[in-house]
Amino acid sequence: MSFRDGATGRAAVVAAADVTRRYGEDATAVDALRGVSLRVLEGELVAVMGPSGSGKSTLMHILAGLDKPTSGSVEIAGIDITALDDARLTELRRDHIGFVFQFFNLLPMLSAEENIVLPLTIAGERPEPEWLKELLARTGLEHRSSHRPAELSGGEQQRVAIARALITKPAIVLADEPTGNLDSKTSGEILELLRVSARTYGQTIVMVTHDPRGASIADRVLFLADGQIVKQLGTTSAAEVLEVMGALQ
Amino acid sequence: MIGVALKGLLGRKLRATLTAIAIVLGVAMVSGTYILTDTIKSAFSTVFTRVYRNTDAVITGKSAVGEENGNNERETRPTLPASLLPRVQALPGVAQASGGIADRAQLVGRNGKVISHGGAPALAFSYQPGAERFNPLSLQRGNWPSGSEQVAIDASTADKEHFPPGQRIGVIARGPEQFFTIAGVVKFGGVSSLGGATMAVFTTPTAQQIFNKVGRYDSIQIAADHGVSAQQLVREIAPLLPAAAQVRTGQAEAQKQTNDTNGFLNIFKDFLLAFGGVALFVGSFVIANTLSITITQRTRELATLRTLGATRRQVLRSVILEALVIGVLASLAGLFAGLGLAKGLNSLLVSFGIDLPQASTVFATRTVVVSMLVGVIITLLAALRPALRSTRVPPIAAVREGSVLPPSRLARLGAYPAAATTAGAIALLLLGMLLSGASTGTRLLAIGVGSVVLFLGVAMLAPRAVPALARVLGWPSARFGGIAGSLARGNSIRNPVRTASTASALMIGLALVTFVGVLAAGLRTRFESAVDEVFIANYALTSSDNFSPISIASANALRAVPRVEVVSGVRAGNGRAFGSKVNVTGVTPDVGRVISVKWQAGGPRTPELLGLDGAFVSKDYAHEKHLHAGSPIALLTPNGATVALAVAGIYAPPKGGAPYGDITISAARFDQLYTNPQNVYTFIDMRGGVNAANTHALKAALAGFPDAKLQTKSQFKKNQLQGLTLLLNLLYVLLSLSIIVSLFGIVNTLVLTVFERTRELGMLRAVGMTRRQIRRMVRHESVITALLGAAFGIPIGVVLALMVGVAIKYAAFTVPVGTLVVFVIAAVIAGLIAAIFPARRAARLNVLAALQYE
Repeated sequence: MSFRDGATGRAAVVAAADVTRRYGEDATAVDALRGVSLRVLEGELVAVMGPSGSGKSTLMHILAGLDKPTSGSVEIAGIDITALDDARLTELRRDHIGFVFQFFNLLPMLSAEENIVLPLTIAGERPEPEWLKELLARTGLEHRSSHRPAELSGGEQQRVAIARALITKPAIVLADEPTGNLDSKTSGEILELLRVSARTYGQTIVMVTHDPRGASIADRVLFLADGQIVKQLGTTSAAEVLEVMGALQ
Repeated sequence: MIGVALKGLLGRKLRATLTAIAIVLGVAMVSGTYILTDTIKSAFSTVFTRVYRNTDAVITGKSAVGEENGNNERETRPTLPASLLPRVQALPGVAQASGGIADRAQLVGRNGKVISHGGAPALAFSYQPGAERFNPLSLQRGNWPSGSEQVAIDASTADKEHFPPGQRIGVIARGPEQFFTIAGVVKFGGVSSLGGATMAVFTTPTAQQIFNKVGRYDSIQIAADHGVSAQQLVREIAPLLPAAAQVRTGQAEAQKQTNDTNGFLNIFKDFLLAFGGVALFVGSFVIANTLSITITQRTRELATLRTLGATRRQVLRSVILEALVIGVLASLAGLFAGLGLAKGLNSLLVSFGIDLPQASTVFATRTVVVSMLVGVIITLLAALRPALRSTRVPPIAAVREGSVLPPSRLARLGAYPAAATTAGAIALLLLGMLLSGASTGTRLLAIGVGSVVLFLGVAMLAPRAVPALARVLGWPSARFGGIAGSLARGNSIRNPVRTASTASALMIGLALVTFVGVLAAGLRTRFESAVDEVFIANYALTSSDNFSPISIASANALRAVPRVEVVSGVRAGNGRAFGSKVNVTGVTPDVGRVISVKWQAGGPRTPELLGLDGAFVSKDYAHEKHLHAGSPIALLTPNGATVALAVAGIYAPPKGGAPYGDITISAARFDQLYTNPQNVYTFIDMRGGVNAANTHALKAALAGFPDAKLQTKSQFKKNQLQGLTLLLNLLYVLLSLSIIVSLFGIVNTLVLTVFERTRELGMLRAVGMTRRQIRRMVRHESVITALLGAAFGIPIGVVLALMVGVAIKYAAFTVPVGTLVVFVIAAVIAGLIAAIFPARRAARLNVLAALQYE
């Protein structure tokens, strides 16, 4: 399968076509997504924005294979994930997807470094020492690597989570409100880390956020409202994003 | 991944420990039982090996009826003619041979009562000068007895009762108390205790005299010449022996006696293991529930692992591994706790009158293997369901608050599996109760298996009953407990599966306790009504321990008492007829005036007309062997004589117990046929009935018989039921172990629930609930759970008792309401105790921290 983008020649890491998601049945049914199509190219940092209830979290869950679309197709790294069984999906997540969560989701009994290499541990692999060192340096965790999550600040915990998402060099990192649980200054640091990772390692990242500053670091911003993509912006500024958001409310 | 699982376990030390305790207790019971019984067996083996250390061959009497374990064997075994000894001594391979007496003789303490340490036997031996090599005893102080006036006694009795050499001491052998001078104090070498047994050693002629064995021996011990093997010796001796005698090598005799005691100890071991099994069964409920709650609380964590690429299999393995580690550590702890428990069990048994010899502790490989295996396997089985549940945690739970696990395939079937299990259990129980064709053993087995299945079935159905039941049982809490009580009632309904599972563990213990209590009440009622029906005398006479036989001389001593009209004793022994063993009793002709039974054939005058060849039999025995009036019976007695009897009557005993055995003959005939006739009980009828003067006169006549106990009808009932009461109390204590395990289950659930509701508790504190109210809330929830356990368990126990009562036919169905009320109160108290620790933890929560808790 080829997903070469005509303009740039880069491969599409994510390709979703006409995705709908309906929760419940009949009268009480809620349409969270009503026909969303998007493509994310290799090395792209895409931000998905939208007010609460716009369907952005649902879109993220479907892209991650955590939730199944009611109709439409989703391909990750060239694999149609809507047809995969649990075992294959697990394998896909393990090998091709990195996650960054709003609430960090670190394992409390593991040290920062153990948390970072956890996806490799699960896969029964060992980290490349160079790559681990590079990630620890990049996230500024060299001297905190043996600390438990409880001993780390919120920002540090999220940096651990980002390193964990990058350690397997996945096809795509999905970040779900990565700054949603952080103060303003720390949020800035985390967004900067994501931006640098995307640039330096050519890492493809899709980030759901409602932080306008988050959108400002993205190559592309998708605006979701009522389950549909209503606007797209290229590289933009926080101010412009705020304006669009204001219009959507 | 293994490392991750183990680190997770380390991070949840409290939860892991709480889970483990349930297994520790059960395994400790198993290992403690093995350690205790192995230690006792080893002590016996040491004793018997020492007794026959220098003996190459032993000749003993052989009961024609067949060997039998138990206390009566010594007394009913045929004796050997003394003339056998010189013939044995004359054999070429014999270096030395010596005849001896071994019987029972009680020592009388300074208070005039029989010295008895926890029901242990009162042993009597003969001492033969010059035969030291055969003597297992060693002299501690003084001298060996010489002449007919002297006795040597054991060191423990001498010390405890202050009987130094030179003092006089009363001894009860066959007749009334006789007095001897203590020549010396002896000790049984090799073991520290013979289980509290007293010992009296006489010269051989004296022993023969007082045990009515003049010209007889109980055994002949033989040492071989150099170069002659024990087997050779046995072969040489065998042709000399009369029919009622046998010869074995010393080693074989020691082994045989060891095996005999082992047979009893194995039953005892299985009895104790059963309670370990119950505790483990209850423990498996506790583990399953605790793990299940832990998994619910770890949903987020497990889901995160799944999003990071962990497969279902990996999640399953990590939970199983965790259970394995808990199982191994808990079993290890239980194994060693068993060492302490063995000592505790021993003291428990001693306090219940069961004193067994002790030697150094035996810690066998089998104990280690079985304890570890049982503990680990039960833990893993209990972990299976929670582990499978953990695999259903969807990855999306990592990002979604309060996501619910999809139902299992079993759950989708609704109440059907639970209902089917319960129905299966009820079918088994009814089968056990009503299947009249099967043997009692088969029926009890059906009821046993049925009860285990019933427990599972009810535990499965319980979640459906909990909401309604908890609302009712929690009514007092809600009504009188203020806001704390109302919230507690609500909390107990919040997660019915969890509450039901916690209550189910307690249900099992309470059901068994109730079962035992109700059944015992039924047996008691039946026995009492049987005594009321049968006992038409004024007084009864038994030995002081209520069950040992007592010399006929004691009964004879009463005949001369003024106003006595009837003294009638019942002798007991065994025999063989129609190819199987039977209980044989012997009665005096006037027994009908003190014991009343219904007659199916013959009548009240039948005992008077028995003569030497007549016999009356029980209704069941007559039915089983197709006997009717006039039927011949060929009775083989232990001495090897076969006598021809004819059925003169058939009596129908009341359901609660028969006063006579299967076959009853006249006392005159009994005394001819049996070596050592003794009465099991004697009944007395007097002019004026029971009154102070009569009692006084009888007691005066019994002054020489310290082992005789005179009692009225109501005292007799009470005394005869003492064994049952003792057994009942022992069962209560042993079952309390499984109740303690289930209490830990309540503690676990509450601690984990408190942990889970941290934020909610913080909120309650923030809006003004006091620490005291929080504590009260947890206590109420605990009591409601305990009451649920009682509500499930007590009815099950009552029903099971009813069914077993029907199956064994002996028990009446009596519901001891008072006892059941005590059980409910006990359950409430247990709930309050279980709540102490969780309530403290809940009240200690820091409000701010609780609210921030994520």
